[in-house]
Amino acid sequence: MRIFTETGRFLLMLRGMFSKPENAKVYWKEFMHQCSDIGIGSLGIVMIISFFIGAVSALQTAYQLVSPIIPKSTIAQIVRDTVILEFAPTLVCIVLAGVVGSKIASELGNMRVSEQIDALEIMGINTKSYLVMPKIVAALVTIPMLVVIAGTLGILGGRIAGVSTGIMSAADFHKGLLGNFLPYNVFFALVKAYVFAFIISSIPAYFGYHVQGGALEIGRAGTKAVVVSCILILFADYIISALLL
Amino acid sequence: MIEIKNLKKAFGDKTVIKDVSVVMESGKCNLIIGSSGSGKTVFMKCLVGLFEPDSGEILYGGQNFTVMNDEQRKELRQQIGMLFQGSALFDSMTVEQNIMFPLDMFTKLSFREKLNRVNEVLEQVEMKDVNRKFPAEISGGMKKRVGIARAVVLNPKYLFCDEPNSGLDPQTSLVIDKLIQDLTIKYNITTVVNTHDMNSVMETGDHIIYMYQGEKEWEGSNKEIIFSKSQKLNDFIFASEFLKDAKDMRMLEAKGKIDNDRNMDELLKD
Repeated sequence: MRIFTETGRFLLMLRGMFSKPENAKVYWKEFMHQCSDIGIGSLGIVMIISFFIGAVSALQTAYQLVSPIIPKSTIAQIVRDTVILEFAPTLVCIVLAGVVGSKIASELGNMRVSEQIDALEIMGINTKSYLVMPKIVAALVTIPMLVVIAGTLGILGGRIAGVSTGIMSAADFHKGLLGNFLPYNVFFALVKAYVFAFIISSIPAYFGYHVQGGALEIGRAGTKAVVVSCILILFADYIISALLL
Repeated sequence: MIEIKNLKKAFGDKTVIKDVSVVMESGKCNLIIGSSGSGKTVFMKCLVGLFEPDSGEILYGGQNFTVMNDEQRKELRQQIGMLFQGSALFDSMTVEQNIMFPLDMFTKLSFREKLNRVNEVLEQVEMKDVNRKFPAEISGGMKKRVGIARAVVLNPKYLFCDEPNSGLDPQTSLVIDKLIQDLTIKYNITTVVNTHDMNSVMETGDHIIYMYQGEKEWEGSNKEIIFSKSQKLNDFIFASEFLKDAKDMRMLEAKGKIDNDRNMDELLKD
């Protein structure tokens, strides 16, 4: 029963976001601030994770492909497709659910507990619109970009690991990279990125916005936001894969 | 002027506000007092629309707030300023940005004009050289002053203060009280103050509403409170022996049994 109540409140929060901004300039400033926080703020961790994921997947694929019949370029193909289809969108977004999600939940939770949200309400500002919407829109803009960067760096990581350890030559890697490439896979990855971006921003915003209590509840909201976001990302991953592949 | 008619609010089975009616006049400090759990915070939150009352009417200058739609409320709220118990300053903004925020949101003034207005209100609350400081870098009393400055920057008609003296020393409390009183008189604001502080009650209580278990138990001014016959109010206000003695002295003074022009310095010499 509680899940229906929570879903209803979540949908009401989303509906409440859509109202005429009190001042478009201030909203734009907040949106840019969130883009910087979510996008630029997460760039470092995304770069590190994606590079190593690509590198490790190249090494592990090579370890499993022991047959002399299978050409070395296949490793590059496998690295490319796993990075584009799964690692870049899903794994990176799960990490972002932790990094960005906990930040959004604790920021809004703290604002709620310290009455900053009430202060905005009393000023006549639609807080859902001013505080939640810029976060969701900024996530929808920046997270797909991060996923594209993650994909690129993942493949680069695979190449560097593959070539530097002598598993394959650079020519083999390039041959595999370009062979049987399906642009649809990139579209698929971007669809996932947009869906996950929405989950990563809206779920923590919901938990943070509705915090009641004190510091302990802010912590709980952060944890809950990350856990629920991760579960929803994996669930959405399965549904999108089943529908689009 | 704020007129409240038969306001009721319940949370589940528990009725927190029971049929409260009161008129709060402009240019006066209207104090809501009462012990913890008496419903004064809920009452104030109903007045500003943070809680929806179950029944009753709240009239701001004759306009019924309870039946207004979101857009109408938004418009009215621009005439409302509120000082929160914890000041509720935006942590990520400097003092200047905090005060400028309502101007950014609701006016089309140039940056220079907004800055002038910010400095003007900072001067009114007697603060200087804090523009670039963050809330975490200033004291509790200073935060309250910045909170007041932000609340009055749009020249509100109505000012709400939720426990403006909580966590402050008696001297700073008096300064904050004086500030609220001065602004109320100067700009003819209808000020509603939710307080526990007996100094505030005695110093600034032009109109006092005593709440007891969700009901309006007593209403009057700081001049009348000494002579109140309400036992509940007397127990609340004059809780300590010291305050009881002070009350007795005042009553004797009023009845002419002791000289109210007595020179205390002379009497205390020995």
